[in-house]
Amino acid sequence: MLGKSPWKMAVGATAIALLAAGCSSGGSGGSDSADKTIVVGIGEPQHLIPSNTTESNGAEVLDALFYPLIKFDDKNEPVEVAAESITSDDNKVWTVKLKSGFTFSNGEPVVADNYIDAWNYGAYGPNGQNAAYFYERIEGYADLQSEDPDGDGPKEAPEPKAKTLTGLKKVDDNTFTVTLSAPFTGWKSVMGYTAFLPLPKAAFSAPGVIADGFEEKIVGNGPFKMKGAWQHDAQIQVEKVDDFKGDVPKVDGVTYKIYQDDQAQYADLVAGNLDVQTTIPIESLASAPSDLGDRFKKSPNSVFQFVGFPTFQKEFANADVRRAISMAINRQEITDQIFLGSQTPAAAFVSPVVAGYRPNSCGEYCTYNPTKAKQMYTAAGGPSEIKITYNADGGHKAWVDATCNQLKAALGVNCTGVGEPKFADLLTKVEKKEPVGLIRLGWIMDYPLMENYLGPLYSTTGSSNYYGYSNPAFDSLVKEGSEAPTTEEAIKKWQQAEDILAQDMPVIPLRFGQNVFGHSERVKNVNVDLFQKLDLYKIEMA
Amino acid sequence: MFRYIVRRLLQMVLTFFGATFLLYALVFANQEDPIQALAGERPITQNVRQVLTERYHLDDPFLTQYWYYMKGLLTGDFGTSLTGRSISDMMAQAWPTTIRLALMAIIIAATVAIVAGVISGIRRGSIFDNVTLVLTLVILSLPIVVLAPLTQLIFGIKLGWFPPTTGADPGFFKLLMPALVLGSLVVATELRVTRTSVAENLRSDYVRTARAKGLSRQRVIGVHVLRNSLIPVITLIGVDIGQLMAGAIVTEQVFNIPGVGFNLFRGIRTEDGPLVVGFVSILVIIFLVVNLLVDLLYAALDPRIRYE
Repeated sequence: MLGKSPWKMAVGATAIALLAAGCSSGGSGGSDSADKTIVVGIGEPQHLIPSNTTESNGAEVLDALFYPLIKFDDKNEPVEVAAESITSDDNKVWTVKLKSGFTFSNGEPVVADNYIDAWNYGAYGPNGQNAAYFYERIEGYADLQSEDPDGDGPKEAPEPKAKTLTGLKKVDDNTFTVTLSAPFTGWKSVMGYTAFLPLPKAAFSAPGVIADGFEEKIVGNGPFKMKGAWQHDAQIQVEKVDDFKGDVPKVDGVTYKIYQDDQAQYADLVAGNLDVQTTIPIESLASAPSDLGDRFKKSPNSVFQFVGFPTFQKEFANADVRRAISMAINRQEITDQIFLGSQTPAAAFVSPVVAGYRPNSCGEYCTYNPTKAKQMYTAAGGPSEIKITYNADGGHKAWVDATCNQLKAALGVNCTGVGEPKFADLLTKVEKKEPVGLIRLGWIMDYPLMENYLGPLYSTTGSSNYYGYSNPAFDSLVKEGSEAPTTEEAIKKWQQAEDILAQDMPVIPLRFGQNVFGHSERVKNVNVDLFQKLDLYKIEMA
Repeated sequence: MFRYIVRRLLQMVLTFFGATFLLYALVFANQEDPIQALAGERPITQNVRQVLTERYHLDDPFLTQYWYYMKGLLTGDFGTSLTGRSISDMMAQAWPTTIRLALMAIIIAATVAIVAGVISGIRRGSIFDNVTLVLTLVILSLPIVVLAPLTQLIFGIKLGWFPPTTGADPGFFKLLMPALVLGSLVVATELRVTRTSVAENLRSDYVRTARAKGLSRQRVIGVHVLRNSLIPVITLIGVDIGQLMAGAIVTEQVFNIPGVGFNLFRGIRTEDGPLVVGFVSILVIIFLVVNLLVDLLYAALDPRIRYE
């Protein structure tokens, strides 16, 4: 090889590379000030098919693209939106009448079949839709599932018995009925979830099969429609639908800018490149009031944080031990010092946002009283070692350690916080019945009813009852409440059920969450709802 | 020469397969429950779990899973991520961005390191030399997890000189700050190596000879000293590529650049085996190719080196 020329070539190539790196693609360009498009920060949604969307990023986008059957008013009561009326005589057969004249953004009229087809698709087991469990209450759900004969073995699960829910029946183009397998007073509220949105005929390439690429350019019945396709990891743009029949938002379009990291999102918010961030990360909470001034805001949401006692650990079997630990925790101090007021102390087993919440239903056992706690703990012979296991990827270390210090000081026990890498690792240990000690848990509701806390968290078959609490009296009260003829009676039963929890203390309520959000100077009337979503119908340009 | 390149390329094929196998084994060993990891804290119904497990072959033994993966890979199919996106598409989007970023970082770092290194090598003990020594020590002691957010805060938010985040399909200006941060990971060592190497060569016999022949100072330093001093620096730059890609995980997250590091972070967090293995396999190839190029550059720089 010759000496000089390749060296010169290398220099030349470097220069070309530098130019190429610099010249390719010239930025997206700034938006002009006259346009009424807002920029909202989200994470990359996992899915956008409504029946597959259970995380908040996807839900945020679906909120713009779809018009739900019902919404919740200031008191969190369901109000018809896309539905004309939702009625039932026996809480078992519900008749949904749709408002007429609505269309999907591709021009198709919205008819009853759009709902029935979408829900059948979501409930059909082999489709593996994340929100499938929402359809469980509808008659015929079990026939759409199949059991794998050999568990994890090589044999494929057989086809389910049916492809459509027997509980969904079309009456006419604008009316359909939903039959539940058991009466449920709160069903109207349940239908506010994204899983109950319709899909246009264009979504299906064959009955029960979603067309390829539909998710990338999803078509909804909402006030906005997709502008171009879903640009993964970059953004999702939506623009106003002309002549929308329902409530018309005051902005012309929304750009959902996708971030992987909340702190990067916050940096853009402070620099003015982003109009709304619905969740300000805890690391930035200390500087947020000075960075944003009165554009830093808080509003209630449904998050409930608690620790559970695994029933397989016998040292916690005595209720007095559980009560004493709860009384030894100074919740106020932790919310003030560690969460800087972004969360509030909890003394109930359901969130304040649901009807039927009582501020202090947990009573004295959730009130900080170190002396009584110590007496009770010693009398009941509580363990001298306590562990609190948490998932290390969720920013829980600080408060777990603080709680441990409070327990040490109040009870004179040795307490350690144990971090597992991920929540899944924690669950694995709980399933194997390893002595994990107290387990950190949280819950975000799906619909604003007490039942959505009591059922999944504390009933024997509850989906998130990882600690194995089981009390037949409690279970039957929750069930009686769900089947009660009116909401008032339901709430009465549910409150009685909650009183049992206050005696049993299967978990220690710790904190209720709040939305901590911020916005730019370009927008005003920014509200973030119970589900941590921006209210698109209220926001306007400043 | 030709035979040497062919031999190296054949070695690369073996290394590639070995690396993907190891990677797959590591990811597999680390995989506890990817379906739960994807769902976060939300409970998953038995039915959904069953469908997803079958769809992604999650319950098959390791070798079977690896076989499925390699079968796809050899037909050019990287498979799908656990959210159902085509990994080939994700790569097509991520790689150009990261390559652009890494190229800028390397060029910035190399330029600064070589220019400053040569100057401090020539003027040893001068104020310039001492100042660069202190500066490089400061940069060396700052880990990227501190440096990246700090730079973003100061230059992106407080002073507003640069956009604080980059976003998708970035241009030159938007990438400048992340590239500077990324480049600073390697600039310090490259600078120190250049300085030492230049200082050493200045005292060597051939330089004295060149001076005695009456060659101009520019020619002595620009041709005789620099060319010989660059050999260790070039090696270092080749190795640094790997460090830059690793640093990209942090940098891309802080500056919100949807590139390779961004996807790797997501893949690791959600225990998404195919995603991680796919991206890292390409990283391995790049690393191998760059090192081959570096070895070939030796021959260009130093006539004593011959490959047979």
